[in-house]
Amino acid sequence: MAMAMAAAATATAATAKIATRAQKSTFLSSQKHPLSPLSPNPTTFPKSLKLPTSSFPLSLKHSSSSIRLIPLAATSPTPTTNTFHGLCYVVRDNIDTDQIIPAEHLTLVPSKPDEYSKLGSFALVGLPSAYYPIPFIEPGQSQTRYSILIGGYNFGCGSSREHAPVALGASGVRAVVAESYARIFFRNCVATGEVYPLELESRLCDECTTGDVVTIELEECRLINHTTGKEHRLKPIGDAGPVIEAGGIFAYARKTGMIASK
Amino acid sequence: MALAFSSAIASTSSPLFKKGDMALSSPSFPSSSNLQKCTGRSSKSASTVVAVMSPPQPQQRPPSTTGSVKHAMTMTEKILARASERVRLEPGENIWVNIDVLMTHDVCGPGTIGIFKKEFGENAKVWDREKIVIIPDHYIFTSDERANRNVDILRDFCKEQNIKYFYDITDLSDFKANPDYKGVCHIALAQEGHCRPGEVLLGTDSHTCNAGAFGQFATGIGNTDAGFVMGAGKLLLKVPPTLRFILDGEMPNFLLAKDLILQIIGEITVSGATYKSMEFIGSTVESLSMEERMTLCNMVVEAGGKNGVIPADQTTFKYLEGKTPLSYEPLYSDEQASFVSEYKFNVSKLEPVVAKPHSPDNRALARECKDVKIDRVYIGSCTGGKTEDFLAAAKIFLASGERVKVPTFIVPATQKVWMDLYALPVPGSGGKTCSQIFEEAGCDGPASPNCGACLGGPRDTYARMNEPQVCVSTTNRNFPGRMGHKDGQIYLASPYTAAASALTGFVTDPREFLH
Repeated sequence: MAMAMAAAATATAATAKIATRAQKSTFLSSQKHPLSPLSPNPTTFPKSLKLPTSSFPLSLKHSSSSIRLIPLAATSPTPTTNTFHGLCYVVRDNIDTDQIIPAEHLTLVPSKPDEYSKLGSFALVGLPSAYYPIPFIEPGQSQTRYSILIGGYNFGCGSSREHAPVALGASGVRAVVAESYARIFFRNCVATGEVYPLELESRLCDECTTGDVVTIELEECRLINHTTGKEHRLKPIGDAGPVIEAGGIFAYARKTGMIASK
Repeated sequence: MALAFSSAIASTSSPLFKKGDMALSSPSFPSSSNLQKCTGRSSKSASTVVAVMSPPQPQQRPPSTTGSVKHAMTMTEKILARASERVRLEPGENIWVNIDVLMTHDVCGPGTIGIFKKEFGENAKVWDREKIVIIPDHYIFTSDERANRNVDILRDFCKEQNIKYFYDITDLSDFKANPDYKGVCHIALAQEGHCRPGEVLLGTDSHTCNAGAFGQFATGIGNTDAGFVMGAGKLLLKVPPTLRFILDGEMPNFLLAKDLILQIIGEITVSGATYKSMEFIGSTVESLSMEERMTLCNMVVEAGGKNGVIPADQTTFKYLEGKTPLSYEPLYSDEQASFVSEYKFNVSKLEPVVAKPHSPDNRALARECKDVKIDRVYIGSCTGGKTEDFLAAAKIFLASGERVKVPTFIVPATQKVWMDLYALPVPGSGGKTCSQIFEEAGCDGPASPNCGACLGGPRDTYARMNEPQVCVSTTNRNFPGRMGHKDGQIYLASPYTAAASALTGFVTDPREFLH
């Protein structure tokens, strides 16, 4: 699987219909852990992030994943697009990989295009409906309307299964913005390029509601919630920057001469 | 009342270690003198373990004349330094590490293979056919076609690449008819001698950290990283700082390693060790068997930990005797090494604990949950399905003499464990085996060895929770839906606690049966 950075959503200037929020999701505070976790402070370096991304016309998303995953080197230079724009879906803390993609679906092999799409259709189907009354993917659909996922701390905890970021990416998520990540999940995001893992220090999950229209500007390290009118500061990508910039672990390894070029 | 005290001694805001620290320090290792049994490696005297670098020098000699500058490192740092051919490194550094063993299984193997072929070429060869261990174990005894196909994919690849270690299964109707089949990957790795002190082991499974019990760096990775390792034999890893857990005191007879790790996770939360290494030392740790040490390291990932380590000692070397033809060289944390925090536990004061739904850090005393009615008990998985786990459960059933009040599922981790259930006499039983005791107690099984219902699996998986029930389990995670049904409630517990709960039909402290 080539490491094209799926971070590039073309700025769909097409004005997304601002969804009327029929229901505010209510989140039980019992879900939040009483002890605040020790802040592990993964090292972040204040680099301004330049993201060489390719932009894919939206329609390509629905075709074979092999088109989607062209190595960066093979694409002709396009104007870099360092923004994501779309509706957000808000989840709480400690969203583990079983909620992101229940284990019974792990027989699907992510490197097979048709099974890749199937994984997408099951993304976040493990969320208990009592706490998440709005389904992430509408019944009968295989893609989500929400391209930005907003979470609390320790997002992606649990298994090392790469099916987790793959399912999110295949479902249509472009970026996750969480207070903190579990390490294997974060690593898998970076390695696959399926979703762009962003961090921020505030409880964004408390300030956004599923259905809010959101824009993420990577270079400015900023998230704008058009629905609430608020702006939020994002953390710079940090150590993962060079790997993401190169286009994933394989591209980075080739770039730095660790493995032979293809 | 739990009287364990934990004190976190946080480091100051200055760098984790002193730069320019010239003092050469002798490595710290368990207080009992240990003979290094590894072959052909340096051992200057019978009772000291020499650091991987040059031997300690007298302090008055200025560093410039020794030609080598040392700085104190933790065990994890040392292992990664050696594996990346670096003399020294610091937490936070990203380094290319040479991998000693790569493990994958039926769930992630096919995806890993797909990436390997796409990136390295259809006809590419793996970096070392003897360093890859492929272990089908997750979805084996099922009629799910895709699951069965995934094992076939592994087989085809192993044939094509002439992979040395492939623990294959072809006859699903009778696991015993498959001489190569082992079962749960992490236990198979240990039992088949693939875990060696000082080495770097990566696996496409979060509980790969289980192998840290052998004093090696072991952690879980995804398909893409594994596909990379398959071709390149190395991986870019970030050096984690280390949290140290000092467990001292005599282990009470009603406590098991599972209680210790649940205690710790409850203390630091599910993200308390994120990006960090967890090092376990102390007299209690030294007294633990290898299987108990594995249980401790197994759940490091449930605290967010990158890897867990326990210093290798006589117990380790004895376990490894005859298991591996390869030599190994253990590494140990320097005395002067810096740890992010240290936690001290007085184990003799601890009580049996459970992790209540829906988080491994939702710790509670087992005795405080005695009013929780349960529907079933599950004893199995890499965390709680090893031979000693079953011996522990059998001990409780034996002490009671009664039958279980709820369905109690017995799922041995590997073929070897399964055989032990039928062969080993349970102490104090007058020669009965675990299987006999389980049968007399009215348990279900023993089932074919595999991961089973620990993670739910295909619908027809043995002991899968298909209804919203309450289960006490010796497994490792209890997030919503973990064992199948989204509204199932899982109480993580030790084998003692699980067996005791099975006997009463409520969450039960094993002291009810152990006197």
